[in-house]
Amino acid sequence: MRITAPAFKENAQNALTDLHLQRALEHVEAGFIHKRAKVVAALPEFDALRDAARDIKNHTLEHLDLYLEAYEKAATKAGGQVHWAETGGDARAIILDICRKAGAKTITKGKSMVSEEININDFLAENGIEPVETDLGEYIIQLRGEPPSHIIAPAVHLTKDQVEADFRRVHTHLDAARDLSESTSLLAEARGVLRDKFLAADVGMTGANFLVAETGTSVIVTNEGNGDLTQVLPRVHIVIASIEKVVPTLEDVSTLLRVLARSATGQDMTVYNTFSTGPRRPGDPDGPEEYHVVILDNGRTAMLGNEFHDMLRCIRCGACMNHCPVYHAIGGHAYGTPYVGPMGAVLAPALFGLDEAANLPNASTFCGRCESVCPMRIPLPKLLRHWREKEFERGLAPATQRWGLGVWAYFAQHPRLYRLSTRLAIGALGWLGKKKGRFRALPLAGGWTRHRDLPAPSSRTFIDQIRDREQ
Amino acid sequence: MTDKPSQKAPHVGLFATCLVDLFRPGVGFAAIKLLEDAGCTVSVPQSQTCCGQPAYNSGDRRDAAAIAKTVIAAFEAYDFVVVPSGSCGGTIKKHYPGLLGDDREWGARAEALSAKTHELISFLTDILGVAAVSARFDGSVTYHDSCSGLREMGIEAQPRALLETVDGLTIREMADADVCCGFGGTFCVKYPELSNAIVEKKTEAIAASGADTVLAGDLGCLMNMAGKLQRQGRPIKARHVAEVLAGMTDMPAIGESE
Amino acid sequence: MSGRETVLGKVRRALAVSGAEAERKAAVDERLANPVAGLIPERGQLEGAARVDLFCKMAEAVQAGVTRVASSDDVPEAIAKFLRQNNLPAEIRLGADDRLAGLPWEKTPNLTRKSGPSDGRDLTGVSHALGGVAETGTLVLHSGSDNPTTLNFLPDTHIVVVAADDIAGDYETVWQRIRTIFGKGVMPRTVNWVTGPSRSADIEQTLLLGAHGPRALQIIVIGGTA
Repeated sequence: MRITAPAFKENAQNALTDLHLQRALEHVEAGFIHKRAKVVAALPEFDALRDAARDIKNHTLEHLDLYLEAYEKAATKAGGQVHWAETGGDARAIILDICRKAGAKTITKGKSMVSEEININDFLAENGIEPVETDLGEYIIQLRGEPPSHIIAPAVHLTKDQVEADFRRVHTHLDAARDLSESTSLLAEARGVLRDKFLAADVGMTGANFLVAETGTSVIVTNEGNGDLTQVLPRVHIVIASIEKVVPTLEDVSTLLRVLARSATGQDMTVYNTFSTGPRRPGDPDGPEEYHVVILDNGRTAMLGNEFHDMLRCIRCGACMNHCPVYHAIGGHAYGTPYVGPMGAVLAPALFGLDEAANLPNASTFCGRCESVCPMRIPLPKLLRHWREKEFERGLAPATQRWGLGVWAYFAQHPRLYRLSTRLAIGALGWLGKKKGRFRALPLAGGWTRHRDLPAPSSRTFIDQIRDREQ
Repeated sequence: MTDKPSQKAPHVGLFATCLVDLFRPGVGFAAIKLLEDAGCTVSVPQSQTCCGQPAYNSGDRRDAAAIAKTVIAAFEAYDFVVVPSGSCGGTIKKHYPGLLGDDREWGARAEALSAKTHELISFLTDILGVAAVSARFDGSVTYHDSCSGLREMGIEAQPRALLETVDGLTIREMADADVCCGFGGTFCVKYPELSNAIVEKKTEAIAASGADTVLAGDLGCLMNMAGKLQRQGRPIKARHVAEVLAGMTDMPAIGESE
Repeated sequence: MSGRETVLGKVRRALAVSGAEAERKAAVDERLANPVAGLIPERGQLEGAARVDLFCKMAEAVQAGVTRVASSDDVPEAIAKFLRQNNLPAEIRLGADDRLAGLPWEKTPNLTRKSGPSDGRDLTGVSHALGGVAETGTLVLHSGSDNPTTLNFLPDTHIVVVAADDIAGDYETVWQRIRTIFGKGVMPRTVNWVTGPSRSADIEQTLLLGAHGPRALQIIVIGGTA
């Protein structure tokens, strides 16, 4: 996708006035928050599981090189072919090469955020291979030429009516008089159209929620079953996974799965958790003949071992965005990167550069609701603040902002000067605002008073009033 | 009020916060009353300014650290530091130690200050064991959980418990009381449209609660909500929870004229 | 330098390690050699009939149907009855699993059985699960000619037979069983955890069954009643 994060403010403004989007976003709160709360309340051990999940990933990251090697060894032993990619470009080249050798014309795809990150669809299409997204939400946005607006519900920004319009526009081989007014009929139509694609595809490509070092297994988690049809039917299965997806054992995966589904969709368990190890075995009646795994860095190692390290625990559940007031207001597209919401605002500067994505860490109230629901206990506000520090160090923040803060900070460190200047300012403001008790507009306060009144101060500061009393 | 601590009375340094200092001194006086009623000796150091959060949250660690040192120096002599704000209290309690952690001496002093710093209402209930206040408020209130207070300082039940003991007061919970009001410090002026979209949802929830006053423990959130309610022409008043608990509601509500 | 060396080199530089540290290697070897179960929720530690009951309850909560039969001899009739009640053709596809082949199919002469993997045209597939997990009503199936993986996903209706004795409390117990069957560190090509029928909520967050996989999942539990 094209990164539009530098235009975040304009994107956000457009999002706020997009009525379709605003209507669709109402489903986020109802659809995710209450379901998660209910399922979490029903499991007394949930918070202890979050601690355990955090510890598993912390241990793995500390030994990441060794677990990656162990994973590779086990996957290779099971007949898998492991490829390593430093950059998105490397991964694209590897995948294209596998597809070409397989003589692929179409490839089906399970939902994979890493594949969005490396722009594989456009790249394959440019090279004459048709990528077909098979997750319902991904299929819908592929028809629209849009990036996902949510990491687990890619089409959450759309209403049913919009989906119907897209299906009518694209599925022209079907009876124009058919009834698509209900979501069930839309689902049935997508199922029918995609069933043929599943059966015809030469290569299936999925992401991986986890790689298991113990057994060389890749794990996908889906509710639809599309990931399974993607990987079981074609002759070649390609897994694209970033380095931090590796975990030690099947027991560790089990702990992580216990928090993943509950945090993501409010299910006790996702419908299909699929553990794949190597290609079809002798005697197997189905399954891929080739099994490739592409392990991708693409900027992760730049977060490892430093102040952004905690972010590599992320298991992509989407709870942070589901609970984010900023996400609720504008949805995902305004972020202008594949990863959105709080987790996206931390990842984007690392993956696409701070110059591109500096807006995102700033567009947070630091309300902390994301951290409070993160199953991996990632301190998201703290990590966002670290990006603001980087931005400040590099002088990327707007000059007026830096100047204003600098003046404030100077006064705050010099109490006498602070007292004197605030006494004067507050005295004047208090006098001006005395009659109404508030201002509707005030010079230099337009950011505030454009949308709300500013309460007027009383004419003497608290500290001065205390001093008067004591004297 | 006196600067001479008695043998038993805990000596509290009140960190008023810059917003209370500049915009709403009444909150400071309410805090003093509540603390003195609970048996504390209260001092208000004249050298206090701001906790440094605007600099800290804007990525300016150097200035934030310098301000933190000013605060530590001004307050470390007291038995407790009490702050009528979960947000500024949270900065001192939860963030100073990390901010100054690289400096051994200041890191230790930050830790020490952190250990004795409390948000006002939770200090009353959790440390001093206050279970009831003697105050009267004839009206219905809805309580907004300010984010830092709720999630950094664990303030949720305490203000509600004390409000229950105010004569004449009814609590009407709003939906999503724990969701941000959109203030976010500098966020509200850096992203005014976004902040507005968030506060509009909040004032909608406040109005739907049917309460005639919204209370919170942080003046930043209160000024944001009050300013929006007034711009929308909604006749709902906004007050700091300490004003109601101290029975000091004769002063005009936030943004109201005398 | 290969991609492999580049990526591993970057990981090691970031962690400030060489990869040869004996202590780190020992920690990793130990964890992989002797996998330790983490925290098991209390609900995953039930025994006997309570465990099987929880399995059935959790499966039904995620829109799976559950039929309980006293013995494996009752399975063919249970399948035939289910198909009749749901107006489905008396035709099923199943793999080579001995436990299914050995059932008294003569009791249901009108039920047509086809064998082998699905080509996408079957309405009903029948599989035998390796086990179940009570804590979430999850079935565990594995690939192979006994129970082809395509049967789990292509047919509209999936009927899964599981023995109550094979229903564990937690996932970890099933992993241990898989290690016992296949050998330590060896996995079947595919292990499927299935918890309810296929679904999607991608359109306006409205939950709909039957996205790409089966629209209906019917579980037949053999035995296990108190």
